[in-house]
Amino acid sequence: MTHTAKAPPAPAQDEILISTRDLTKHYRIGGGLFGGPARVVRAVDGVTLDIRARETFALVGESGCGKTTLGRVMLRLQEPTSGTIRYRDTDLTDLGEGALRALRKNLQIVFQDPFASLNPRMRIEQILAEPLRSHGYGTPAEIRERCTELLEMVGLRRQYLRSYPHQFSGGQRQRIGIARALANKPDFVVCDESVSALDVSIQAQVLNLLGDLQDQLQLTYFFITHDLSVVRQFADRVGVMFLGRLVEVGTTEELFAHPQHPYTMLLMSAVPRPDPRRRGEPRPMMQGEIPSPMNLPKGCRFHTRCPFARDICRAEEPMLQTGGGPAVACHFPLEG
Amino acid sequence: MAAPATPATEPETLEDASFLRDTLRAFRKNRMAMVGLAFVVLLVLGAIFAPWVSPHDPYRVALDEQLLPMSHTYWLGTDNFGRDVLTRILYGARISLMVGIVPSLVSLTIGTVLGILSGYLGGKTDFVVMRLADMMIAFPSLLLAMVVMYTLGANLLNIFLALALVGWASVARVVRSQTLALREKEFIEAARANGTARATIMFAHIFPNVVPTLIVLFSLSIPEAIMWESSLSFLGVGVQPPEASWGLLVAKGKEYIFQAPSVAIAPGIAILLTVMAFNFIGDGLRDALDPSMKD
Amino acid sequence: MGRADPILSVRGLSTAFSGDRGNVTVLDDVSFEVGRGQIVGLVGESGSGKSMTALSLMGLVPQPQGRVSAREILLDGVDLARLDGAGMRRIRGGEMAMVFQEPMTSLNPVRKVWEQVGEPLAIHQGLGRREIRARVLEMFELVGIPEPKSRLDAYPHQLSGGLRQRAMIAMGLICEPKLLIADEPTTALDVTTQAQILQLMRDLRDRVGTSIIMITHDLGVIAEMCDVVNVMYAGQIVEQADVFDLFERPAHPYTRGLLASIPRANEPRAGRRMPSIPGMVPNLAKLPPGCRFAPRCGDAMPLCTRAPELAALGAGRSARCWLHAPDAAQPLEEMP
Repeated sequence: MTHTAKAPPAPAQDEILISTRDLTKHYRIGGGLFGGPARVVRAVDGVTLDIRARETFALVGESGCGKTTLGRVMLRLQEPTSGTIRYRDTDLTDLGEGALRALRKNLQIVFQDPFASLNPRMRIEQILAEPLRSHGYGTPAEIRERCTELLEMVGLRRQYLRSYPHQFSGGQRQRIGIARALANKPDFVVCDESVSALDVSIQAQVLNLLGDLQDQLQLTYFFITHDLSVVRQFADRVGVMFLGRLVEVGTTEELFAHPQHPYTMLLMSAVPRPDPRRRGEPRPMMQGEIPSPMNLPKGCRFHTRCPFARDICRAEEPMLQTGGGPAVACHFPLEG
Repeated sequence: MAAPATPATEPETLEDASFLRDTLRAFRKNRMAMVGLAFVVLLVLGAIFAPWVSPHDPYRVALDEQLLPMSHTYWLGTDNFGRDVLTRILYGARISLMVGIVPSLVSLTIGTVLGILSGYLGGKTDFVVMRLADMMIAFPSLLLAMVVMYTLGANLLNIFLALALVGWASVARVVRSQTLALREKEFIEAARANGTARATIMFAHIFPNVVPTLIVLFSLSIPEAIMWESSLSFLGVGVQPPEASWGLLVAKGKEYIFQAPSVAIAPGIAILLTVMAFNFIGDGLRDALDPSMKD
Repeated sequence: MGRADPILSVRGLSTAFSGDRGNVTVLDDVSFEVGRGQIVGLVGESGSGKSMTALSLMGLVPQPQGRVSAREILLDGVDLARLDGAGMRRIRGGEMAMVFQEPMTSLNPVRKVWEQVGEPLAIHQGLGRREIRARVLEMFELVGIPEPKSRLDAYPHQLSGGLRQRAMIAMGLICEPKLLIADEPTTALDVTTQAQILQLMRDLRDRVGTSIIMITHDLGVIAEMCDVVNVMYAGQIVEQADVFDLFERPAHPYTRGLLASIPRANEPRAGRRMPSIPGMVPNLAKLPPGCRFAPRCGDAMPLCTRAPELAALGAGRSARCWLHAPDAAQPLEEMP
């Protein structure tokens, strides 16, 4: 089928597809003409991460932890404050507008809200054709042909090309969003809470579709979600994010079987278990509220909520030991 | 390629949506809008064919027939020069409709382009456009329009120019704030992520989403323009007698409001009905253009 | 306890909306009971009618497009189906209260929290400001709002999502209702906050004896919280069961499909593909003839073109499925 013809050369096993080094994104709030001193929100605060070709790397965390911002900054949909982003042999950090636009073929995103991510005033055909036109895909006939192919690839009928987004259900719209992202045969796709808004029975369908497409098209997913259940069933590796930093990175099985960071452990124990027989079991519960990202605590960011915090945790911030393998940013990691 | 099986419950085809046909169908279903449209069509025909349909000569002065009440000969009575009010209204419609529509279109076009550019590009463009708009809005617009009319002369083209100059700024502001909201929408982000050119994003993605607002602005700016014209005419720098425009008719007629109320009230009612008709059409169009309202 | 003398007994509740394109029945003959001190779950996907059930019980269905009818809705012996608007206003917020999904939008941003939380007291019991303030303070302590005194005069935006939802629960409980209806009370919250709120609601049931209807799409929440579960699909209850029975031996194919397709955080990944229910939730305006789930059902048979009744299976269980209606096996031959 044609999609393999123009695909980028298949990367070697374990090749790093995209990586960040000490990536930060800070926002200024207030501090206008009469606004008083500006406050800085450290949405992403020093993230170093390697994503391997053809893996599904899940990024989990609670709302406000910076996971969505990290995804946007990696694609340079938002500009980083400092740090670098590398895609294959290209440094994306300072790439000019024109070169970046050309590269956008390979770097794609599927959004959370299937109702906000499709222009309500465009037909499906226009929605799918636009990225093709932007990158000079071919003649109008070829573009039309490709739109049909894309629609069928995500399990929708070709007759739907003439329809408008509002005529579809949430699950179908999300399929259209996926088709649009895959139009130019990308190899890196950020899925930002892409199945979170869907009903359970539809969620499984869309996850299966994403899995199939990954196998067929050699895709690498950066899968941003708050849903640990989906992560365990879908991801190869996981990064746990708390207040702008990665606190733990590991393979899915390691991380779920033996979480090392207290935050990871507490997050997991908070997930409601679909098994009423286990509801009486005592389990550790996180206390208190997340500190404000404008006013971070000294030392470990998590110490205000951590049941195991000691003096050093209040004074010194633990750093994530990176080096490809599992890593944890904690002075006293839990025993495996 | 092993395409995932299409679920069995999905319909073979969705209703084929033809934008124009759907819009027309939705519009036709709106009774008030159709009434408004019928009125405007009649009015336009009456204005175009005024020399044939009007019962009298609009300029003939008959001092022995001043301020007559409504009668079989003069359906709406006569004015202080003995001219037939109905005839004057029909002739006045020619000018008032033009003054209502043409400058609105001009200011809408300018305002939309500047508003989208300003909202989407931000930065210096935004600063310059918005400060210009602020100046236009802060400057007493009547004074501005009068300056234009005095310096360039009181004719129809200059009325258009003056009204467009006054009108674009508020359009630009509304469009800019809509653009700012739309810019944050995920479908715009998706277009950026796809490497879509900025001009395409602005005019293929953002513009269609501000059209409903533009239609509402348009239907509101027509009566506004008619009012503006009447103010200018009233101050003597607008349409010059013996030409007739509705604003002028009301302005002149109000001096005889107690002797012959129909002289002022009849063109007033014409303005009212026209304004309402355009509003109904505007509402109908806005609903009809919204794809999600059609199901 | 429970079934002998339920606090709420709903019989034959149906709700329809009339629009441009005719009538749409969104609730069809819904019947269930809530025992005293029980937490009863309504679970289903979007469009299943679970939230519409709550609105119908509360008399909050938009008028005049919506029409609600019921044989009886007995709340502690009083038939709500026979009450007029004024009668329902006395019940709402007093004897029966509701907690909504969005704690942000259900609070007025420009009024102090205590005034809003205490409002039902002013309406139903005509208390003065000082008494109301004292009572709100008690409620804040009950629902575990830290530093309750200092939160009384806060505005909604000054509270975190979790605190706002606690305040909403305090408002629901302030007139000591006989029944609390919670419509997706934790869906907008992070998992760790969700765990706290669920804990709170369980505590309230245990300590105060509040009867609760828990509406959710999350089977994990059902398993953690409920005693009895009603599974809804396309406006009907398709299965009723004790929570343990439901998770161990689901009777209806839809329940089975739903349980199979939920991703589980506490079990290792099963395989590349997840089980899913094919197809999508039917459009209520174009329902299939007979069983509404049949087009998506793996067990569908010719008989399923006729609508099954909700049939008792003994021990407080029932299911709306021909598989569980043994008498129906014979009429198969009679089918044309």
